Amino acid sequence: MQTQPEGLGAWGIAVALAGGAMRGSIPYMFVSLGECLTEKSGKINLGMEGVLLMGAMTAFAVSDITGSPWLGVMAAAAVGMLLGALHAWLTQQPAVNDVAAGIAMIVFGSGLAFFFGKRFVAPMAPQLPLLDFGGWSRVPAIQSALRISPLFFVGIAAAFLLHWIFTRTSWGLKVRAAGDDTQAARALGINVNAVRFIAITIGGGLAAAGGAHLTLYFPGIWSEGISGGQGLMAVALVIFAKWSPRRCLAAALLFGGAQALGPSLQSLGVNGYYHLFNASPYLLTLGVMIATCTPHRRLAGMPGALGKK
Amino acid sequence: MTVPHLEARGISKHFGSLKALDDVSLEVAPGTFHALLGENGAGKSTIVKCLMGFYHADAGEIYIDGALTPIASPQEARHLGLGMVFQHFTLIPAMTVAENLVLARPGLPLVIDWKAETKQLEAFLDRAPFRVDLRARVDTLSAGQKQKIEILKELYLRTRLLILDEPTSVLTRDEADEVLGYIRGLVNEGKLSVLLITHKFREVMAYCDQVTLLRRGRFAGAGKTADLDPSRMAEMMMGEARVQNESMRPKAAPGPSVLRIEDLHARGDNGLEALHGVNLTVRAGEIVGIAGVSGNGQRELVEVIAGQRGADSGRIGVKGEDHRPTRAMLRKHQFYTLPEEPLKNAAVARMSVAENMAFGVFDEPPFQRWGFLLDRAAITQLGRDLIARFSVRPPLPDAPIGELSGGNVQRAILARELSNGQVRVLVAANPCFGLDFKAVDSIHELLVETRNQGAAVLLVSEDLDELLMLADRIVVMTGGAIVLETTPEDADPAAIGRHMAGHH
Repeated sequence: MQTQPEGLGAWGIAVALAGGAMRGSIPYMFVSLGECLTEKSGKINLGMEGVLLMGAMTAFAVSDITGSPWLGVMAAAAVGMLLGALHAWLTQQPAVNDVAAGIAMIVFGSGLAFFFGKRFVAPMAPQLPLLDFGGWSRVPAIQSALRISPLFFVGIAAAFLLHWIFTRTSWGLKVRAAGDDTQAARALGINVNAVRFIAITIGGGLAAAGGAHLTLYFPGIWSEGISGGQGLMAVALVIFAKWSPRRCLAAALLFGGAQALGPSLQSLGVNGYYHLFNASPYLLTLGVMIATCTPHRRLAGMPGALGKK
Repeated sequence: MTVPHLEARGISKHFGSLKALDDVSLEVAPGTFHALLGENGAGKSTIVKCLMGFYHADAGEIYIDGALTPIASPQEARHLGLGMVFQHFTLIPAMTVAENLVLARPGLPLVIDWKAETKQLEAFLDRAPFRVDLRARVDTLSAGQKQKIEILKELYLRTRLLILDEPTSVLTRDEADEVLGYIRGLVNEGKLSVLLITHKFREVMAYCDQVTLLRRGRFAGAGKTADLDPSRMAEMMMGEARVQNESMRPKAAPGPSVLRIEDLHARGDNGLEALHGVNLTVRAGEIVGIAGVSGNGQRELVEVIAGQRGADSGRIGVKGEDHRPTRAMLRKHQFYTLPEEPLKNAAVARMSVAENMAFGVFDEPPFQRWGFLLDRAAITQLGRDLIARFSVRPPLPDAPIGELSGGNVQRAILARELSNGQVRVLVAANPCFGLDFKAVDSIHELLVETRNQGAAVLLVSEDLDELLMLADRIVVMTGGAIVLETTPEDADPAAIGRHMAGHH
């Protein structure tokens, strides 16, 4: 799969990075959009790491058993919705804290995924078909970079759809109202708990669908370390994106690109500091956290009732 | 829809063992502006929440146009043309005015046709007396503008009987007159009846036709405002005539300057500059009152003074020395603060009254021995003494302070701050907010007494009448700076109002 982009020179790294960004951004995209919807309704779901892993495992298992990768994606979304619903139900109990419940959901989701995924560790499941946009070029590097997973486009569509829902539908306005001022929303006759329940459930489904990309794309295997904390980083990414679905898209591409830095440099023959470059998404997350946290002001765009009952 | 004739007969409601309403009746005839008066805890909010379907009364009946009409939910109340503007805003801060108005509209389709909705809103606003920008985000608006939008929202929803819960508490006097004057006009045209919950006699006398008074959950009187005067109403509300304390003026002229604030700059929660170079001096034996509509930097100023917020630049000095809010400095300068909402800002709700009262002294003898061991008996004794001296109710030093009523928390914290006896500087922010008349009087007396003993007192208040009564000098704070200085004797309420509203 990795081709030496010789003859492309400096363009080689750009092409490899662009391709890597489009591949690597997909889990970030789905999880951050799911988290964006969840947080817009005023709840935090830190358990997205567990949801992502369950999604990855479920997609793999269903694809392996049924032979249909798309069925795998849908099954992953369904399982994610179940986990989302569980988180919603948990966090709406009187004395339950969002963050504590979210950490429990990380452990629960990943434990469940490891348990059910044990028998799927060895085989390779049918993968999602890729869309080939590089046919016009004879350069293998460009061809490989433009072999794009259909989930990439589903993610982009989901971001624009979410933006449309938030601004143009009454349900979207209700989600934002519930997330920004619970008391005001209640006074408007909005059933805050019901709105949040649906938002968190759909958010879980979105995140889990992103997990499908981890196992149904090259190399197409399931392993326990497959997410590498991407579910948690995507939650941080929502802050970076100021709770805007379209900015989530851009931020996901940035994180995906950072993730591709190590492999693309390696493909160019730069093997030194490989692990350091691989750490770039984590460094980026840390950087984002430091840059956005200030004692002087509330974060711009942050839903006013985030984490409140 | 016509304006409904509302009649509530014999409404009772209790919460646990507390009888919030006991056999209260109320009648609002079509086309009247009706006031509901009573001190805190008199049951005003409870009865309107029964009318609006938020609460279900234990006993009593509601009649609309003479027909028995139980109101089970806010939706049913809305259906009958009843609408309410709450004390707290029910606008969503992060949304635009248009989004807020549309969101409140019943029967909103799933997909919003913004073109049509905007057209409809603009047509509605053309007939409204206030100019509002539909595209403005609510959190960028002033309290007065928000209040107007709340009222517009009710009118947009075709409310025919409008209940207003202390709508002017966040407005300047000019803004209050504008809003109430507009509503009065609608009542005169026969388009609306209004039930106004308020503390302010001025508003009752100026705008209302009828008044119903409540006292401790019971009916305390009713009548035409034309037949009543404020002292008679206060008597009915309190059960005793409220005496205006005339001995509040100081006996001696103020001494040398004690507290000096120079060119203070600080940022607000949103990261924008909230204090733009505040300069202020308070002399010994003087109360300086800071007037202004909330949200103009007063809270940030008090937080900087109290050490809860960092300043970007500027200086706070006491008697020519730099002041920093460390325990050593506070002691040295005899510097005491009563911030607003003391339960949140100056107390630990779950700790006992005695412990909270000992916060200033627990680390010195006799409350601390050998430099580390607290003497709990001494702390409890301190609590007992201060509770007796400052009449805190209930007199239980071991009760968590969070269980006390607002007035008693206020007194307990003030007791702590004044306990030392020697006060050089006292900063108090809205010390009487939400308290009933009796509690207000006792707090006022303590402030005046402190001043008379030679302390420099800085009093921040949203209640101009309070400042006119207590302060020796009044400064107006608008947009994070002092824009006017005057004395109560020379004060021109209209000029103060103009400065508070930022038109100067």
